[in-house]
Amino acid sequence: MKLFAELYAALDRTTKTNEKVAALVRYFAAAPPADAAWAVSFLIGRRPKRLLESRKLAQWAMEESAVPDWLFGECYHAVGDFAETIALLLPPPAASTHLPLHFWIEERLLALRDAEDETRRRSLVSAWREMDEGQRFVWNKLLTGEFRVGVSQNLVLRALAETAGASVETIAHRLMGEWQPTPEFWAQVLASDARDADASRPYPFFLAYPLEGAVEDLGDPRQWQVEWKWDGIRAQLIRRQWRTFLWSRGEESIADRFPELEALGAALPESTVIDGEVLPWNKPEGIPLPFAQLQRRIGRKVLGHKILSEVPVVLMGFDLLEWQGEDVRERPLEWRRGQLEALAQPAGALVVSPLVEATSWDELRGLRQQSRQRKVEGFMLKRGGSPYRVGRRRGDWWKWKIEPYSVDAVLIYAQPGSGRRASLFTDYTFGIWDNGRLVPFAKAYSGLSDEEIREVDAFVRRNTIEKFGPVHAVKPELVFELAFEGIQHSPRHRAGIAVRFPRMARWRHDKKAEEADSIETVRALLGT
Amino acid sequence: MALLELSERGLYCPAGDFYVDPWEPVERGIVTHAHSDHACPGSRSYLAAAPGEALLRQRLGSDAVIQTADYGAAVSIGAATVSLHPAGHILGSAQVRIESAGEVWVVSGDYKLAPDTTCPPFEPLRCHTFVTESTFGLPIFRWAGADEVLREIQSWWRGNQDAGKASVLLGWPLGKMQRVLAGLDAGIGPVYAHGAVERVNRIYRQRGIALPATPPPTRETRRALILAPPGCQGTPWMKRFGAASTALVSGWMRIRGTRRRRSLDRGFVLSDHADWPALLAAIDETRAQTVWVTHGFRAPLVRWLEEHGRQAVEVPVRQPAPAAAAEECES
Repeated sequence: MKLFAELYAALDRTTKTNEKVAALVRYFAAAPPADAAWAVSFLIGRRPKRLLESRKLAQWAMEESAVPDWLFGECYHAVGDFAETIALLLPPPAASTHLPLHFWIEERLLALRDAEDETRRRSLVSAWREMDEGQRFVWNKLLTGEFRVGVSQNLVLRALAETAGASVETIAHRLMGEWQPTPEFWAQVLASDARDADASRPYPFFLAYPLEGAVEDLGDPRQWQVEWKWDGIRAQLIRRQWRTFLWSRGEESIADRFPELEALGAALPESTVIDGEVLPWNKPEGIPLPFAQLQRRIGRKVLGHKILSEVPVVLMGFDLLEWQGEDVRERPLEWRRGQLEALAQPAGALVVSPLVEATSWDELRGLRQQSRQRKVEGFMLKRGGSPYRVGRRRGDWWKWKIEPYSVDAVLIYAQPGSGRRASLFTDYTFGIWDNGRLVPFAKAYSGLSDEEIREVDAFVRRNTIEKFGPVHAVKPELVFELAFEGIQHSPRHRAGIAVRFPRMARWRHDKKAEEADSIETVRALLGT
Repeated sequence: MALLELSERGLYCPAGDFYVDPWEPVERGIVTHAHSDHACPGSRSYLAAAPGEALLRQRLGSDAVIQTADYGAAVSIGAATVSLHPAGHILGSAQVRIESAGEVWVVSGDYKLAPDTTCPPFEPLRCHTFVTESTFGLPIFRWAGADEVLREIQSWWRGNQDAGKASVLLGWPLGKMQRVLAGLDAGIGPVYAHGAVERVNRIYRQRGIALPATPPPTRETRRALILAPPGCQGTPWMKRFGAASTALVSGWMRIRGTRRRRSLDRGFVLSDHADWPALLAAIDETRAQTVWVTHGFRAPLVRWLEEHGRQAVEVPVRQPAPAAAAEECES
């Protein structure tokens, strides 16, 4: 735990990637295998689920610190992070544990899951008493299921590759799929033998960058394979050893949510892996249903006949990664596509993403205007002859998305952020005009520079007209251009409209609140 | 009887017709210390503790009329008797004790209880009403000893030396930097100071406080520790140090979010304000029945005091204008 808390502090402390990698490499060299396996799993985001309710954790921390409920709340607002608030509030540490990370996780943390509350309380309080502040913080983060650390997966892979003397791609593949953080697993990560033992293991997804600069810079359009960019759940369908696996990009196993795709898998030849997008599908028209329909389906505990027939899904396949037991990612794009097309059956659950044929970029520009009608997000551009790469890479795949929707809205509520943005007002609610009144329309947290955030923060502090707990209602004065991807009717939202991925595109210093958009303007977007 | 009331221009004492730390120019102002949120220029005349005179003059201008009093010396002003007592915050910082018609009130100004070799320690005073600051008035604020923090700073400095990097330590130029300097092992390497820090260092040295020499930064800084105001972060002035490691020393560094938001390599938790336990201890020692709470987390401290059997009142401070709050980097 000592080494791991020190690693956390070292990673937290620097913004320089080389220093982060060096800290990771030092840790992997020093940690016992059982610790290193857990550390890898936490560092790449496989954190344990929340083990107990925050309310109880807070209760026990308050008792231990002799702090009343309201004061805990005040502290939380100042800190902006639950686990940290507790770490800072507990009585000054008298000890610093030397027990290893795997002991704390296996013997103490996971043991909390099935214990009685009183046992849990005693176990936690005694854990806190054995730890210093840095250890308590990391421990609380693991307890609350909020463990995050300032390293990207790529940096962890780099450090592991350096430790193992293997390529980053090999390490990335070894970390995919289902595995348990054990010393045996750690040995496999570091192994010189690259053979893959695990049938469920997906390949690392190849992710596209947004197009930078003019599309003409890509050269001759005939050198590029053009597909529509689908808006669903990116997934890998795997058929190996008589079993079907479906992995989302977040590496969640989602096969049980999609019986249609399990059936599809069962019909595939042995040892086949397809990359594609799970889409709710309007069969008669051959276009996707709104994404919200898919969310409705995902939200169901039980998938009844009704929902399955109302919201059927297909796998919009666009790449083939494994064929007849062979990893075919290095073969050219056209070859992989050819094999994939041969797998699709008419009216089956596998649809192969159609190619968009055009002879010039201008022609494509024109076709791109149809994106909204086709319920897609624009184009994917894939370089002819290219391999299937690992992770987010520039060069071979680009996404050429349509311009987002945009609306000018007025800042009406603000609330402090958390983490890096603690005690700054960074979470905003925006209103649009409806019969002379501003109705809340969307929340947005991102898009402003640090400088702008500080300015808005100062504005909020000077112009608060009312407080509802941490939420401040402010004088409606600041106008922002909000950008978003999708728009739909929603009875659950005050303005009757829900938007996808809203963010602040621009601060409209030039506009007064009265000049912001109205509900009528926004409703008009619903038809587009 | 109320010896102080909150007016448009700050705390006012009718018995003596003077203000304490006025926000705007007034006839007579008593100033607790030379930080800009307490010392506002433009008043007709000032009273302050003698050790802080030169610092105050730097803030208020060379033609300001500044009367000084030694710590503990009684000064009669109208129907009030006033004396100034060490607050332990920075050089020359004072609590203002006001007595009139058998009633005693004390205005703490900013204070800390922890030892500081650059100024005399906080003096506990008995009073009926205590006006306390509450900059860090939440129980999450709890300071480690200054010695421990200095050791951390030194080990960060040595680590940077090993990596061939300059160490830039940002902190308030008045008070904080001198406290750090006074406790530092200057044998580790050269220590340089930004002009704004050095101007204050000179005044401290003139008052007989021993500080290591802090010339302006030279060309070769890879083994050096450079002391500069927080406002210097990200300015062209910093470029000369190349790939330096940058740290900030402040009580606010206790919170991870404030540390990360500023993209600092390190944050060292050292404050010239009382932490939560010290605030409560200081208030206890005054035996005051009523506590006025100003500057900082006022509401939580007021509620805590009320729940623990004291009368407590929130005393708002005027929000400083954005320009005044800015941390300058002009050398």
